[in-house]
Amino acid sequence: MAPHDLRRPFKRAAISDQQRGRELSLQRQAQHRRDAQHQARCLASFLNPHSDPEQPEPETTPEPEPEPSDSPKELDIRHASKLKGAEARKWFARQLMLPEWMIDVPDQLPKDWYVFARPAGKRCFVVSSNGTTVSRLRNGSMLHHFPSALPSGARTRDSSGSAQSYSILDCIFHESDQTYYVIDMVCWREYSLYDCTAEFRFFWLSSKLAETGACDPPSQYHRYRFSPVPVYNCDLAGLSAAYTGAVPYVKDGLLFYNKHAHYQTGNTPLALVWKDENCSQYVIDTDSKGQVPSQQQVVLELQDNGNLSTSDDPPVVFSCLDRAFIEQTESRSGNLLRFAIGDGGLNFVDGKLEKADLHYLGKPNRARAFADSYSKVMFQYMARHSPLRIDDLLASINSLSDQENKPSDVEMVG
Amino acid sequence: MAMEVTQILLNAQSIDGNVRKHAEDSIKQFQEQNLPSFLLSLSGELANDDKPVESRKLAGLILKNALDAKEQHRKFELVQSWVTLDTAVKAQIKTCLLQTLSSAVSDARSTASQVIAKIAGIELPQKQWPELIVSLLSNIHQQAANVRQATLETLGYLCEEVSPNVVDQDQVNKILTAVVQGMNASEGNNDVRLAATRALYNALGFAQANFSNDMERDYIMRVVCEATLSPEVKIRQAAFECLVSISSTYYEKLAHYIQDIFNITAKAVREDEEPVALQAIEFWSSICDEEIDILEDYGGDFTGDSAIPCFYFIKQALPALVPMLLETLLKQEEDQDQDEGAWNIAMAGGTCLGLVARTVGDDIVPLVMPFIEENITKPEWRQREAATYAFGSILEGPSPDKLTPIVNVALTFMLAALTKDPNNHVKDTTAWTLGRIFEFLHGSTIDSPIITQANCQQIITVLLQSMKDVPNVAEKACGALYFLAQGFEEGGPSSALTPFFQEIIQALLTVTHREDASESRLRTAAYETLNEVVRCSTDETASMVLHLVPIIMMELHKTLEGQKLSSDEREKQSELQGLLCGCLQVIIQKLGSLEPTKYLFMQYADQIMELYLRVFACRSATVHEEAMLAIGALAYATGPDFAKYMSEFYKYLEMGLQNFEEYQVCAVTVGVVGDICRALEDQILPYCDGIMTQLLKNLSSNQLHRSVKPPIFSCFGDIALAIGENFEKYLIYAMPMLQSAAELSAHTSGADDDLVDYTNSLRNGILEAYSGIFQGFKNSPKTQLLIPFALHILQFLDSIYMEKDMDDVVMKTAVGVLGDLADTLGSNAGTLIQQSLSSKDFLDECLSSDDHLIKESAEWAKLAISRAISV
Repeated sequence: MAPHDLRRPFKRAAISDQQRGRELSLQRQAQHRRDAQHQARCLASFLNPHSDPEQPEPETTPEPEPEPSDSPKELDIRHASKLKGAEARKWFARQLMLPEWMIDVPDQLPKDWYVFARPAGKRCFVVSSNGTTVSRLRNGSMLHHFPSALPSGARTRDSSGSAQSYSILDCIFHESDQTYYVIDMVCWREYSLYDCTAEFRFFWLSSKLAETGACDPPSQYHRYRFSPVPVYNCDLAGLSAAYTGAVPYVKDGLLFYNKHAHYQTGNTPLALVWKDENCSQYVIDTDSKGQVPSQQQVVLELQDNGNLSTSDDPPVVFSCLDRAFIEQTESRSGNLLRFAIGDGGLNFVDGKLEKADLHYLGKPNRARAFADSYSKVMFQYMARHSPLRIDDLLASINSLSDQENKPSDVEMVG
Repeated sequence: MAMEVTQILLNAQSIDGNVRKHAEDSIKQFQEQNLPSFLLSLSGELANDDKPVESRKLAGLILKNALDAKEQHRKFELVQSWVTLDTAVKAQIKTCLLQTLSSAVSDARSTASQVIAKIAGIELPQKQWPELIVSLLSNIHQQAANVRQATLETLGYLCEEVSPNVVDQDQVNKILTAVVQGMNASEGNNDVRLAATRALYNALGFAQANFSNDMERDYIMRVVCEATLSPEVKIRQAAFECLVSISSTYYEKLAHYIQDIFNITAKAVREDEEPVALQAIEFWSSICDEEIDILEDYGGDFTGDSAIPCFYFIKQALPALVPMLLETLLKQEEDQDQDEGAWNIAMAGGTCLGLVARTVGDDIVPLVMPFIEENITKPEWRQREAATYAFGSILEGPSPDKLTPIVNVALTFMLAALTKDPNNHVKDTTAWTLGRIFEFLHGSTIDSPIITQANCQQIITVLLQSMKDVPNVAEKACGALYFLAQGFEEGGPSSALTPFFQEIIQALLTVTHREDASESRLRTAAYETLNEVVRCSTDETASMVLHLVPIIMMELHKTLEGQKLSSDEREKQSELQGLLCGCLQVIIQKLGSLEPTKYLFMQYADQIMELYLRVFACRSATVHEEAMLAIGALAYATGPDFAKYMSEFYKYLEMGLQNFEEYQVCAVTVGVVGDICRALEDQILPYCDGIMTQLLKNLSSNQLHRSVKPPIFSCFGDIALAIGENFEKYLIYAMPMLQSAAELSAHTSGADDDLVDYTNSLRNGILEAYSGIFQGFKNSPKTQLLIPFALHILQFLDSIYMEKDMDDVVMKTAVGVLGDLADTLGSNAGTLIQQSLSSKDFLDECLSSDDHLIKESAEWAKLAISRAISV
């Protein structure tokens, strides 16, 4: 409690010129912001469709949205590589390319598609940057945080690039041999591969990954081994090799990637997953106790209007809940709900889902981030009733090669 | 658990740097590794009368620093670690501390007092340590004077640390009783009386109820007034400090005592030692502050209900108060004008006289004029200076009608004195007084101008001549020229300064090159005046301002040549760069706004940018605020061409945004992002990820000064407007931040004025962000993405409307957002808009506003809404 200073400004102007300079700048900025805003508003009066009542309303004009975030730009990833905590979870939850389930066989399998055996395990993004490596699961939560031989993946002298550089790999962590199997490459040493074809990405993956030593056995600065998976052209030989060939991992179905497709976040029909009992232990979904339930179960998302829909964009509506039921189960829009498909099954009209016999079971595990996709529900439904078999796939390839071998039907009349 | 720490604490005060460093490291390590044992050891050391006083004091100091820190986040961490400490450990520490209050060593007692108060500051608000006050109060009745002294000191610190509402009235009463009794003349021990008087200073905030009780208030006031007459100078000083504090806290309770207080203060001002006299003058300055505030708030006619009325104490005391203050003016110190830190009775008296003039206006003039007339021609410099200072002091307050005739006579005299008076002190005050004349009595708002064609030449000649005088006089002459130029700011296309423009600029540049320009902040004043002269220039003199560009650039270039600078030289370099960048910024802003020079100036843009980048490169971790401001002005002037500088400039932009410590720099940089957005439009896109990432980080940080957050939100709007629908990818980050900030700022109930102002600036930022986003997405197929936010935004508008505490700026922005929402979402939001209160009552209120900006925005909103709901 020393005596209190009571000096007051002496022979000084009330405000300094520096402060005056700041305030004048702020005034100028505010004025320019007003001008810019005003200009934007004026632009409205003759560009905006509303100004002419004859014009259709904008809700009808926009194109249907393709995908919520179809091509994240390179800098967006730079941003993401630095994200932490909840922000990172939210971001990564939306970033994986999610294959649809194969419910019918695409044309031109041998020409346009790759096939490989999917390792059984946890699908995740692996991000190496700033001297550390982090893997994140499909729901965005962190799996491991470790040093690796990936670029900037550990705090060692990295002669091959700046410490700031980052890489992002799409992987499956295979528990029994503690290996990250790399199934796709999204970003390598700050070079974004989002807008590259699968053909290029797989080429880049196979040539770059080994260079780093990431495929070497674990060591002090490299806790987990990384490994590429053998990828085949989806011709007869390729499909057979993927289906029956020996791999060091437990298989969980086959993945089909369209060669020309870019890395697209979210569900995409340009990557497909297919399974049967020979190449997967998990063809038919099990419940939380690991048992195959007697009835197929689906997880759907409750919409504002009571609709129950899949995670697809646009969503496929399975049913609609009434208000009383929503209130009784204390559900809110956006909630995920679990249902069983009853004996009534799924009914289709003209190939479109018309009616589903759903029975409410409860709310799924909190870790679930998404509802089931339409293709997943359909694949599961087919697996229980009339599965798509390996023979069907082989036959489709055969029929194509038959066509190619046949002489052309067109008569040349030169 | 306690450890022996004496030697380490002594080593930490060793004169041997190595020993000290080692000890400091060990202390730090101990604190990090075992906090409970660390704190116990320190409190044990402090309490132990067998230990040396040096180690005990340091132990207490470290203990205090383990409980509190200046930086908010650090303080929060420390409080958390104390709160989570084991209860038994805390109890043992507290016992040690209370025990120390009985020590024979006064330094140990005093340190313990401060630590106890810090703990009380943490625990009392949590309803913990209820026995503390009881135990302190029981000490008061002890025989030993040292215990009573230490206890009163502790109560004083405690009142400083905790807020009055956490102590219940019963305990407040007991504390005040103990403190006031300790101050009473019947207390024989001066140390106890002093501690009690200082404690009262802090306890005054607790005495609301007691000051409302006539008997208790009379008693407190009597004891305080008696203490101002104590034979002990420190007690008298502390008692006057109490009076100063009472004058602002309990202004409305003073009527009954003001006559007595006047007598006491007058005696102290005339006869007492300087520290006491200064407090006595401060009492009246503080009363002036109160009355100026009250009169400003009510414009003179008091009609308020609950607010404090003006008692016109100054007006009543005027006939006695003014002579008392005038006497002090003659007590100048020989070299006070060269000493930055000087503060003496003459300075305090003159300052108070200036405040009195602002409080009473015209009434002061006849009371001061005789003093001025009598003294201004006296041979003794003190009399001439005092007269001049008195004159300068009363120029703000009285009406121009009253002052102009006097100033017209005095002006010639002042100009002569500035040239011819042999005394520097007199010249300093004369130049300052001329500056005050120009500041308050010259300008477009004054009816009868004091500066005419006839005297303008002479005024300028004298001021320019004076700028060659000793630094403190030259600095005041620059200041006078500053206000002279400012008065011509709104003078239209032609300025009275035009004929002298070249001469003035040359003279100012010459001043900046004076060898002694670093004294008395002369160089700074010269550049500031140059800035003002440029700001107030007109088309006529634009070409001369253009000629300044290469000159200032050359000066800036010179600052970059020095290599291997000492830290002192580096600071000087940085200061000079600040002045030069500031000056260039003003020039750019001026030239960019004048048509004839706008394009001519562009030839320098590349070179200027190169210089700025080199100025930035001079510092490794921070960014120069003035250089950043200058970049904003340059971006505005160059427009889209600024894109070519972005790749090099970007890292400094990022650095500026990361500068949390110097938050002004951060705020300025945020503003510059807005400038660049408007200059580059969608060419800024490649940099937006980095910028947005940093802005979002800044918003989430609790280390960044809150004043920077509203401009960050506005900046979101600037970015969205620049990049349009590309803002899509930031929506998932920006919208939740905007929404939660909106929720926080919707209600202000119970907030003080500062918080209401802040809340309004936050609302404005949020609303500007929404405006920019809506306008940015307009006519894009992605407008749909904004539909989900419409309801929340309309609810936000409704709730701030219902709060009824929006200022005009927020009102204008809010009604604009209403229009932007309707404009962009159209019929998609038609129903929502119709359901909102904003689209009816609020819009109507804005449509009938007197403020044309609000009205303009409201008309726009009305149009947009009618379109949205007509389909």
